[in-house]
Parts: sequence; C-alpha cells; structure tokens
Amino acid sequence: MSGVLVLAEHREGALRDASFETMAAGRQLAEALGTDLSAVLLGGTPEMAQLVADRGVKVRHARHELLAAFNSEAYQRALVALVQELASDAVLMPHSSFGNDLGPSLAVALGCGAVSDCIGFEKTDAGLKVTRGMYASKLHAEVLVPELPLVAMVRQSEFKQAGPGDGGAVEAWDPGPALAEPLRTRFISVEEVPTTGIDITKADVVIAVGRGVKEEANIAAVRELADSLGAVLAGSRPVIDAGWLEKERQVGSSGKTVKPKLYIALGISGAFQHVAGMKGAETIVAVNKDPHAPIFGVAHYGIVDDLLKVVPVLRQKLVEAK
Amino acid sequence: MNIVVCIKQVPSSETKIRVSSETGRVDTSEVEWVINPYDEYALETALRLREAQGSGAITALTLGPERSRAVLRTALAMGCDSAVHVQDEAFEGADALSVGRALAAAVKRDSFDLVLCGKQAIDDDQALVPQALAHFLGIPHVAVVPEVEPTDGGLIAHREVEGATELVKVGLPCLVTIQKGKFEPRYPTLKLMMAAKRKEIPVLGLADLGLDVAAVTRGVENLGDRLPPGRKPGVKLEGEPAELARELVTRLHEEAKVL
Repeated sequence: MSGVLVLAEHREGALRDASFETMAAGRQLAEALGTDLSAVLLGGTPEMAQLVADRGVKVRHARHELLAAFNSEAYQRALVALVQELASDAVLMPHSSFGNDLGPSLAVALGCGAVSDCIGFEKTDAGLKVTRGMYASKLHAEVLVPELPLVAMVRQSEFKQAGPGDGGAVEAWDPGPALAEPLRTRFISVEEVPTTGIDITKADVVIAVGRGVKEEANIAAVRELADSLGAVLAGSRPVIDAGWLEKERQVGSSGKTVKPKLYIALGISGAFQHVAGMKGAETIVAVNKDPHAPIFGVAHYGIVDDLLKVVPVLRQKLVEAK
Repeated sequence: MNIVVCIKQVPSSETKIRVSSETGRVDTSEVEWVINPYDEYALETALRLREAQGSGAITALTLGPERSRAVLRTALAMGCDSAVHVQDEAFEGADALSVGRALAAAVKRDSFDLVLCGKQAIDDDQALVPQALAHFLGIPHVAVVPEVEPTDGGLIAHREVEGATELVKVGLPCLVTIQKGKFEPRYPTLKLMMAAKRKEIPVLGLADLGLDVAAVTRGVENLGDRLPPGRKPGVKLEGEPAELARELVTRLHEEAKVL
C-alpha cells in the first residue's frame, strides 16, 4: 500500500480553499505514515489541476461529463477505482458539505474506516491515531484506526493552506468503466444566494452579530457602529437563519471565511462552526454576557457584558477618537 | 409515501460536558437526554411531506439502550404512526458501519419509499451512519438538506453547500440527511402523547434482525475523550461600559494598531 491521496474540492469553476488546507493535513499524515502525498481532481479544469500541482504534488485529473458537477455517486465510483488502483493508505477530503456527502459512502464502498472532522494525525504502535471533534468541538476524541486504508474528512480552516512546492505534475486519469452505469442522483443546478454585492471577505474590519442581539430591531445599533468604523456587518448562523441579515453576511463553516485586520464578535457564543470562519483575523474582540462563552478562547480582547450596553458607548468612543 | 425516520437519543446541547476521570470518556451520568435536534427536523420534514401528500405511514426507528425508547415515544407524540427500537448489548461501542448495517436490517422489514435522518448527531458529530445505512439498503442518498420537494417519482433535494444551495434530483427509494430548514419541529399534542404511551414499540435484537455478533465491528476505536487544549487567554476588560469602550479603543489603537 502506498500514498495519501487528497481530493481537491471545487464548485462553480473554482477550487475551494479547503482543498489546500486538506493538502496540508495530507502532508502531515503522509509524514506520519512515511509515505508520499498526491492529489486527485475530479471534473474541474486544467487550470485548477495546475494550481494543485503547484503545491508540489502529482495530481491525477479525471475529466468526464458525469464528474463535471459534484455528484457523490459518480465521485464515489471514480474514487473507489482510483484508490484500488493506487492501493492508497488514506483518502482525505474537506469536512465540508461535499465531504460529508461523499466520504462516508466512499469508506463503506471500500469497506474501510472513516473518521470525520479530523484535526490531527499521529502514528502509534497500535495504528494510526486521529484526533477529531465531538459535541460541537467542546471535546476532542482520539480514535485509533488499526487498519488502513482510511477515509478522513478534515475540518475546514484548521490547517494552514499548503504552500507552493516543486516537483508537482498533472497526469490525466481515466476512471474507465467505473462511470459506465447510470447515476441515480442528478445534479440540477446551484442557486447562489441572491447577491447584493457585499463581500465580507474583502473588508479590513468585520463586525459580526450573534444570538445575543436578541431581536431584529437591535441590529440597527450594530449597523451604526459598523458604519462609524467603515466596517462590514456580518452575522453568525442564528441571525442569518432568522432572516435578520443576508445569507452572504454569514461567517462560519456554512458561510464565509474572513481574515480581516479586526473582527468584533458581538453576542456570539463561538461554536466551532463560527470560529472556523473567523479565527484567522489578526485581532479579535469579543463581547458576550456569558463569561464562559467559547468565543473568549479565541478573542484577544474580551468584554463580559451585554452587547446592547456596549455597542452605543463603543460607537461614541470611536467617533471621539477619530 | 412510506417514510422511516431514524432518530438518536443524545445529551441536550445545554448539558455541561464532562470527561470522567475513571473511564476517560464523556460522563453521561448527569445528562439530560433528548432527541438529536437534526433528527427532530427530519421528523418535521416527514410529517410535512405526509400532510402535503395526504397519505403514507411514518415509522420512527432508533438504535440504543433501554433509555432511548423515550425518543420513540416523543416521535409518536409528534405524529409518527409506529416506532421500532433496535436494542442489543452487542451494539455497545459499535462503529458507524455496524450501526448502519443494523438499521438497514430493521428498515428492510417493511416496504419504504424514503428514509430520513438528521445530518449528524450532536454528541459524536460523526455524520457517518446515514450514508452507511443508504449503502446497506442499496439506495442513493443526498446529505445536508434543509428542504425537500416531491416530484415525479422522486424528490428534489435542496442541498446546503457552503454559501449556496444545490438542487439535486433523486429517485425513490432514497435516503436524505436533514439540515435545519425553515420549519421548527412541532410540539407533541396532549392527545397524541396519551396515545403514544399506549402504543406497542417492538424491540429488535441482533438475532431478530438476522445478524450475528460478527456483524458488529469496531473498526475505528475511541481511545478517549479530552477537553481541547486551552489557548493563551486574551485580555479580559472589566468595568463600566463607557470605561470598557474607552480602554478597548485605546488598546486597539496603541497595542493592536488596528485603528
């Protein structure tokens, strides 16, 4: 058996950042196992394949009409064929919606173990030890994978994206008869969220509001604070689900990942799904009534208080300081 | 359309999670047990599909110890027609593959068109069992779906992907894993609660499912649970809001140099 294989994820004509993060995780695993790392791109474009190869890995690129858009049945069949051909030790993919659909069924089809939400890999005498999150990542579990191969879904935003490297190459790969049978699920379309042209990922300052804002009317005060700072307004999932802010303002693993100079989290508890989308910010400020809120674990500056009390005075001080 | 909804009993998300120093595993002795929230959305989805179509039976299915029968009673009280409990000591520590295999054996006992599961259980957060179940049933699946629409001979699943929605058409029978959507799960009614108490809930063991102990594997073994390592704590600012605001602005300006 040989090699760690990373599946590059793409959507709507672009590779997702999580692909490069998963490559970094793949490198850690390949080193632990003393084996090499390669990548596979199913569907996508030659440019995408080259971007992956520029990280210094060999990329197998399969182009086939059934692989053009993500389809877990088609992807699974192609990957089973490739993993068997390469006798891979492990297949890694992002712990995204895509990975969640594909990874578990790939493992069952291969008859091997699957571990989701992986954050670390270590080789031990008993086998491969994988660290993963549980209970909304309030806990970490260490699981032992006594036998390879393994299918692992890697938590997004946990690993730094793999940097450039030498020795990469793109090689065409033909899935052959794996895709001969008709598929039972069919991709229809992607509905992008109606766009208002806001791109929270480009802002230097992001002010995000969470459940602690209590009601929609209170968002106005936060919006004023954002305006006075020239910041973009964002939110955590409960606020978006309630329809108080547009979907494109959602920060977190089911929304956007932001890396601004300053991130101010107001009334956000800091579940790992949210933290995954903002922990790359240079400076993080958190305001929350609950002193035990996990957001204080990532904040550089923390204020334990009601955001509704803090926001107006903070705006005033900012205006005075200008 | 006959629907099976797979549900799991989990500790409430409000529960303070502790690791037992003896076992190195989560201490569940003082836990409040509830239906996994994503499974509640799956139940609500099933009930709404039936209401829209005007016919069809809904069965709630769980695998777990004695105490987990409570979630089946709740599912009946929400409006499910019947419930099945897979219970056997042999499942202690079973991996997702084995749980999927056992649930498949239970689902196959009756005819079904659709299997719904929550997208993941909020205790283990594995998100593996539904896909394993679909595999053993030999049916396609679509994961992370907040909304389904019946269509000719199948469903259109509105699959949630990061920052967008994908529409996927899938034929019946199939399995869909449900994400929180626009509908909150309904509360049980008093009338249904009374009726639920009287309903027989068949209990199926390994042998009843035609499985033997070899069908229960522990391919991936949990070595222990621990609290995540703490990060270097940030600065906690304390005082009156006005003071706090002034100090924060000063620090952001002079220390962090972001203003």
